[in-house]
Amino acid sequence: MECRTALEHSRALKGKEYSSVELTRALLEHSQSCADLNAFITLTSEQALKQASHADRLIAKGEGGPLTGIPLVHKDLFCTKDVRTTCGSRILDNFISPYDATLVERLQQAGMVMLGKANMDEFAMGSSTENSYYGPTRNPWNHERVPGGSSGGSAAVVAARLAPVATGTDTGGSIRQPAALCGLSGIKPSYGRVSRYGMVAFASSLDQGGIMALTSEDCAYVLQAMSGFDEKDSTSINQPVPDYANSLSDSIAGKAVGLPKEFFTDGVDEEVAEAIRESISVLEGLGARMVEIDLPNSAAGIPCYYVLAPAEASSNLARFDGVRYGHRTFEYTDIIEMYEATRSEGFGPEVKRRLLIGAYVLSIGYFEAYYVKAQKLRRLIADDFSRAFEKCDVIVGPTTPTTAFPIGLKTDDPVQMYLNDVFTNSANLAGLPAMSIPAGFDRQGLPIGLHLIGKYLDETTILNVAHQYQLNTDWHQRIPEGYA
Amino acid sequence: MSLSPDQIQQLARLVRLKFTESEADDLSEQLNDIISMVEQMNQIDTRHIQPMSHPQDMRLRLRKDIVTEKDRHKEFQSGAPATDSGLYLVPRVVE
Repeated sequence: MECRTALEHSRALKGKEYSSVELTRALLEHSQSCADLNAFITLTSEQALKQASHADRLIAKGEGGPLTGIPLVHKDLFCTKDVRTTCGSRILDNFISPYDATLVERLQQAGMVMLGKANMDEFAMGSSTENSYYGPTRNPWNHERVPGGSSGGSAAVVAARLAPVATGTDTGGSIRQPAALCGLSGIKPSYGRVSRYGMVAFASSLDQGGIMALTSEDCAYVLQAMSGFDEKDSTSINQPVPDYANSLSDSIAGKAVGLPKEFFTDGVDEEVAEAIRESISVLEGLGARMVEIDLPNSAAGIPCYYVLAPAEASSNLARFDGVRYGHRTFEYTDIIEMYEATRSEGFGPEVKRRLLIGAYVLSIGYFEAYYVKAQKLRRLIADDFSRAFEKCDVIVGPTTPTTAFPIGLKTDDPVQMYLNDVFTNSANLAGLPAMSIPAGFDRQGLPIGLHLIGKYLDETTILNVAHQYQLNTDWHQRIPEGYA
Repeated sequence: MSLSPDQIQQLARLVRLKFTESEADDLSEQLNDIISMVEQMNQIDTRHIQPMSHPQDMRLRLRKDIVTEKDRHKEFQSGAPATDSGLYLVPRVVE
């Protein structure tokens, strides 16, 4: 029963095949036996069983919706009342939020059962989940490989079938890249679609919450429940959320699929490129029309992102000062020493690098050359997408240039690590919805991800295309050895 | 542009971090790698382009200036490292 999708569980719960308590207990036991993955920072067994028995009572009365009683795991940067929220950082090791994030609250209202909080790169800064104070997470497909990041704990949880769905956040690819590296479906909705209230801020103009699951159908249902206007987030958009599930079964015949030549370069591993070409022929077989498009400034995505994201981070992370919450150093004589020692002990090396870069690009004399220059490139990148979407409904390509890399390979070389985001971060810069779905495996048995980018606010089309693809392929049904 | 260990120490002061001399030396190579990667931006002409600070080209929504939260300071301060009488304690800053 552990290997089922959320909707399969939903039918089984309603059909009284098993209860939410039984399912929750089984998944918690499974999680404990898979502790070597290091996918969790906190397991919330007691609360989970309470929520599950509440869900069972609703189901028995014939109440509740499609997600009632379905277990999930939250990335440990969503604030959860009474359960610690660490963000993968020592500085928040003891932090217990006095409130729930809007996303957490909404999924709880939908009846979902929280099993725990997933490991992640500290403050979501990373592409491998190696930058966690709690140690690296392992990829269920190969324990010597990274699961991707920063939502790598969430990805490992779903890939190992420890929960059918897990939440994530995506600032430059942090949902889609781990989804690709762990063989999952993962969606980052349009900027503003999902409330950022209670999501620990990294780069506020780029951060967006989303979901990882076994199928795009599950993504559609969970995204539905977490989306929509929230007055507590000043950038939340006040627009109706379409009924995503309603459009999943639409035919994609005649849909225009944009193929940017910039995404099919020499930098892409040949086995990845081959799988993406095959995926494109699957879409063609379903009647989609391929259109060549240009995203001429896409090469600027990485440099632009690695100016803007650290700049925003250096401001956002100023709040961690050892005064109001979190870690405080033990010995100090004055307040400056207290701040410096607290933050130096509390933050790991990647966070420190980004704080320094952020301060540098915002400082007098460099502001125009770096920060404003990057903002101008951001405009060019967004304009490229607007022009491309005049000719197509969805853009596809590889999610990542390679499959999962060995643990430790890129930890000493930040720039190599940053290049993982080469295809993903432009969607964040432009605020567009984007998704990764399983599209094959390389010869070492590691998953490959197909990347789909949609028009602003048009999650419907990417979910529809992804679902139709999954009705005609079985990559998403493969289970890593030892986890069936 | 490249960053010297001295400049790194200066930036560290701005973001309230402390590095030993050898840490600053080690960081210097990594940060300079990042900066030279970032400088690829200069290959693209951006004259006459308006900077884009946010994916939504709209004005921030404002709300009425009314109290919507009740006083929860005890709850909020329960996780603070040091408090007294509802105040956060820090080392003396004014003599």
